[in-house]
Amino acid sequence: MKKNNNSGSQKAWEQLQKRTNREISGKPVPEIRLGTATCGRASGALETLAAFREEITRSAPAARLLEVGCVGHCYAEPIAVVANPGFPPILYGPVTPGVARRLVRDFLGEGDPCLEFALGAVEENEKIPSVFELPRFRMEKKIILEHAGWIDPARGEEYLLRGGYRGLFRALGMDPRDVIREVKAAGLRGLGGAGFPAGEKWEICRAFPGKTKYVVGNGDEGDPGAFMDRALLESDPFSVLEGMTIAGYAVGSHRGFLYVRAEYPLALERARTAMESLRGLGLLGKNILNSGFDFEVELARGAGAFICGESTALAAALEGKRGMPRVRPPELAEKGLWGKPTLLNNLKTLAAAARILDQGSPWFRSLGTSRSKGTAVFSLAGKIHNTGLIEVPLGTTLREVVDTAGGGVPKKKALKAVQIGGPSGGCLPAGLADTPVDFDSLKEAGSIMGSGGMVILDEDDCMVRTARFFLDFIQKESCGKCAPCRIGTYQMLKILDGLTRGKGSDAEMKILEELALEVQQGSLCGLGKTAPNPVLSTLRYFREEYEAHYREGRCPARSCRDLIAFYIIPEKCSRACEVCVGACPVEAIAAGAKGIKVIDQEKCVKCGSCYQDCPIEFQAVIKVSPPKTGGK
Amino acid sequence: MDKFVVLNPEEELRLIREEILPGFQPPEPRFLLPVLHEIQARLRYLPLEGLRAVSEYLGLSAAAVWGVATFYPQFRFAPPGQNQVRVCLGTTCHIKGGEAILESWERELKIKTDETTPDRLFSLERVACVGCCSLAPIMTVNDSIVGKSSPISVKGEILKAKTVRGPKTQTNSNDQ
Repeated sequence: MKKNNNSGSQKAWEQLQKRTNREISGKPVPEIRLGTATCGRASGALETLAAFREEITRSAPAARLLEVGCVGHCYAEPIAVVANPGFPPILYGPVTPGVARRLVRDFLGEGDPCLEFALGAVEENEKIPSVFELPRFRMEKKIILEHAGWIDPARGEEYLLRGGYRGLFRALGMDPRDVIREVKAAGLRGLGGAGFPAGEKWEICRAFPGKTKYVVGNGDEGDPGAFMDRALLESDPFSVLEGMTIAGYAVGSHRGFLYVRAEYPLALERARTAMESLRGLGLLGKNILNSGFDFEVELARGAGAFICGESTALAAALEGKRGMPRVRPPELAEKGLWGKPTLLNNLKTLAAAARILDQGSPWFRSLGTSRSKGTAVFSLAGKIHNTGLIEVPLGTTLREVVDTAGGGVPKKKALKAVQIGGPSGGCLPAGLADTPVDFDSLKEAGSIMGSGGMVILDEDDCMVRTARFFLDFIQKESCGKCAPCRIGTYQMLKILDGLTRGKGSDAEMKILEELALEVQQGSLCGLGKTAPNPVLSTLRYFREEYEAHYREGRCPARSCRDLIAFYIIPEKCSRACEVCVGACPVEAIAAGAKGIKVIDQEKCVKCGSCYQDCPIEFQAVIKVSPPKTGGK
Repeated sequence: MDKFVVLNPEEELRLIREEILPGFQPPEPRFLLPVLHEIQARLRYLPLEGLRAVSEYLGLSAAAVWGVATFYPQFRFAPPGQNQVRVCLGTTCHIKGGEAILESWERELKIKTDETTPDRLFSLERVACVGCCSLAPIMTVNDSIVGKSSPISVKGEILKAKTVRGPKTQTNSNDQ
């Protein structure tokens, strides 16, 4: 155990370790850990939980059932880890209620590990193939998400048992300036998007005089398509809270705010429970670990405004005002909450800081590239097999992320682009798949790292429509304070709107580009400055797609609904099959002569359900663009 | 099972004045958002008179309170239906057909987004992203999150809400 020159906290730490160790010693019992984070619940984890509970009561009353967070493999949700003494712990998924009952009866009851439902053992062993043989597990390097999905997010003891709070314990024995030096030496950069060196931020905040300072954990993950912070809070809020406490100690603050968006009710609930648990363990509140250092955290709930991810807007929201950004400088580190120096970090940055203090900066520096150290957490979604959360060393290429971790694009479709960084980011075409994922390479390619949302687009996705989507989002979320963002994005949206309907001209395209640059340069805050990125990056890489829309009234990806039509090819239609009839929400499909299905073009709302659901052996539904020609 | 409770305006105001506001001590402007959240959690919406009481309690002008309440999309100023439907239109849901699902709800319920059905059984909202992208497209009906939904599955959800789930929506727990 590391020595701490603060004798008070040394003793408190040892007592705490003893106490948590005592809790787990004793006869090992079978244990089931079921992931019940939001993504698990969306896949029916609560039904699975009920099934486990019922079956355990009936046939294995000694077994323990715990709710945990998310291990990141959303595609296989609901996921459970079953630890049956005598076997290595095994990861199962998807665990339906039926599978749950069998696991209790057959595995806990009779020792048959039901390997047909397993992803693999989570420990190397000689009996059962382990998950570490899967490519995704091999390439991942979990630092921030180290404990996510393994620990019970309600009990601080579990976090402690896995080595949690060693970072804070070590920090409390150091001079706060040395803590900052350690973070600086690690080369940690802000994982909220901009990539500002974290240690430097801490140093700046510390340097401003004042007795009252604040630390803010920014969990206002507003990027549509991103869910890293949600998963982190639902699975392991302790890492974030430990990081906040360390940051508080380093900059000289005794009060923190954890700001979480209101759309994440479960994350809020689990953060609140975790804070109570930490208070009970003496790791939050007065005199932490008997060191004399006080740190209290207040949980704050957002109210659905994307702009509040911007630091000055978030500060305004915490003060009870409208979340509108202000001109910077002064930065929050100088004049933040209620005019006091305030340190604001993304949740992942804070969690990474906790690990750095535990394992030391040389370890952290050994990961990543020369200018981007450590790891990055991405949420993988869209047209990809293995959706979920991944954490990889910075510098991993997009191709590795998509193909190896994500398992590639489904239905034999071609990868078209990767959208990174949400509305502030850009779409990188498949041709740039060898771009390493790090702060600088992505910026060069016209995107940003962003907070880590990665949406995979395939050949069926229209880039103009995607750009329109983001502009529509930004337009709704623009706070209205400055004209370039408020009016500029509105005009850009109008042009994009027209394009997706096949209307536009070369002149309008020119205006679109000019506006994009003006909004970029003239906006007050990061939201406006980056708002044109989706348009600029798609124009850069997919200009011909824009042109096809207004010159030919054609959507090359056959995605813009005004420019497409669906038809059923009579020769391919199976007369006995009625899948499309059942899939159509508006009863636009009916059997015509000889049982062949026909789409009533008047009724059709072009939702694509029939196209998606027509069995692969027939593939009778076709999509055409432009709608008038080519389809018969 | 909690019944869906509709309070009359006097009761609402009493609840805000006597049960909600005193929980925030000392009255400071920074409590504005937590207060609004709490009112909406209890009443499912923010009544206008209640906002006036909030402004008096926190020492803010009525305009300031109204400005903040209308700035944040989470707050609503009319009571929602017994079943609250939200359709996610985040990036992933967008590319996976979220719009078609929203339209399907509009068609089936015969209302537009942000409206409530005349029988007050359903209200329909869009949400920017619920962060459940790996299971897109997503819709939420009250507390339950429905992943991998489709335009046709809307009909089933309506039936489920009317029969299985029924009007047993709790008054205070589904608006978190």
